[in-house]
Amino acid sequence: MCLGVPVKVIQREGNEGIGEFKGVKRNINFALLDEVKVGEYVILHAGFAIQRLDQDDAEKTLELFEELAKANDEE
Amino acid sequence: MKNNFFDEFSDSKKTRDLTQKIKQTAKDFKEEIFLMEVCGTHTVAIFKSGIKSILPDNIRLLSGPGCPVCVTPNPYLDRAIALSRSDDIIITTFGDMMRVPGSSSSLEKEKTKGKDIRMVYSTSDALRIARDNPDKNVVFLGVGFETTSPTVAFALKEAKSRKINNFSVLSAHKLIPPALRLLAQSPDLKVNGFICPGHVSTIIGTKPYKFLADQYHIPCVISGFEPVDLFQSLFLLLTQIKNGTAKVENQYFRAVKDEGNPNALRLIDEIFQTTDSLWRGIGIIPQSGLVIKEEYQEFDAEKKIPVLVEKNREPKGCLCGLVIQGKKSPMDCPYYAKQCTPQSPIGPCMVSSEGSCQAFFKYGQMNARVQGQGARDQGQGSRVKGPGSRVKKTRNREVNKNNG
Ligand code: SF4
Repeated sequence: MCLGVPVKVIQREGNEGIGEFKGVKRNINFALLDEVKVGEYVILHAGFAIQRLDQDDAEKTLELFEELAKANDEE
Repeated sequence: MKNNFFDEFSDSKKTRDLTQKIKQTAKDFKEEIFLMEVCGTHTVAIFKSGIKSILPDNIRLLSGPGCPVCVTPNPYLDRAIALSRSDDIIITTFGDMMRVPGSSSSLEKEKTKGKDIRMVYSTSDALRIARDNPDKNVVFLGVGFETTSPTVAFALKEAKSRKINNFSVLSAHKLIPPALRLLAQSPDLKVNGFICPGHVSTIIGTKPYKFLADQYHIPCVISGFEPVDLFQSLFLLLTQIKNGTAKVENQYFRAVKDEGNPNALRLIDEIFQTTDSLWRGIGIIPQSGLVIKEEYQEFDAEKKIPVLVEKNREPKGCLCGLVIQGKKSPMDCPYYAKQCTPQSPIGPCMVSSEGSCQAFFKYGQMNARVQGQGARDQGQGSRVKGPGSRVKKTRNREVNKNNG
């Protein structure tokens, strides 16, 4: 039930807007997260943007993953 | 953002790179290690990722209580069903609740009998229905954890400020940290590490888990939901356990900030207050529920619309309550895959798409077969039950490895 999907904000007027992910468009309510601009990604839960999805941090996560996978074992 | 960006998070080539590391780390453990994924969405994501089939035998994943449908008590459902039988009431609900059996009926059954019960995707839809039907009482079933409760708080605030007085909420909202405290204290459950819920944490942040590390010395990793996230989180947890450290790590930092979502938290605080709350199958957990504050009581369906609720009858023999505490596996239940299937569920854990029993039923076998782990997985029964019951023998099944 805590399902959240990433969407890119493509339109916003006040608290209402539209997001898109892989071609699927969804309505977004921004009441819980004011500072989002068009072009940014958010996590959408039950019609509400609940948090920003930081693209740089997503890149960083993937980099960290690579590092962990590649790191030599000290043992 | 690169086009294939999101795909990279589910790239199996990537996850394979870490598999070896996970196996290596696991070798160092002399005893069995129990990791609990708290959140039902994680339960499903873990099954889908195939991660269970690569885990060495001494690493066990337990499903936790993070399935809202599974922990919503019968009397709540019975009340919702009783309300739906009144002609001037429209029930609005997330789809997950429709098929959950109450004491003698379900919302789905009532709907086929012609009761006005409508599935909505968002609380905004429920408000709209209230606005469009001024001569009816529109009740929204407020079920869910911290991820969901702010969206309900918002609807209540809107209803009050826009005077949509025929709207109300029947609140069964619950909080995750108090449930984790209960599990951490439980004498018959061994949890070596928690995979903490990603989307609950987008709201509450990282701090509410700190007591688990500080007071109970249990490592925690807040995780995302993609395979890359899950593999990484698992590795981080095992590394903490190996090093004897206990801290809260945030693997899902692209969406989870330390402070959470302050707007949402403020809204929860404004509309709701905490209370002792009944969790189905578990019992009352102190300060683990949210009730609507007095200032909003004209929008509290429980206070506003009195109704006669039938006597509670729990499904006999259903082990859901123990399953969601990681103490039993669905396999331990005599009804599992026999009388109880997703088509005709007996307990909520089989109804909810996030319930352990349904996840087992849907993905368990597939997981074992697809990953070619069938042979190895057989006969693990006696070792893979919830830690509380490890000594008992159980039936052989190819997916036993995947359980609690
Ligand atoms: S298999 Fe069905 S009856 Fe058994 S614990 Fe799961 S939901 Fe309950």
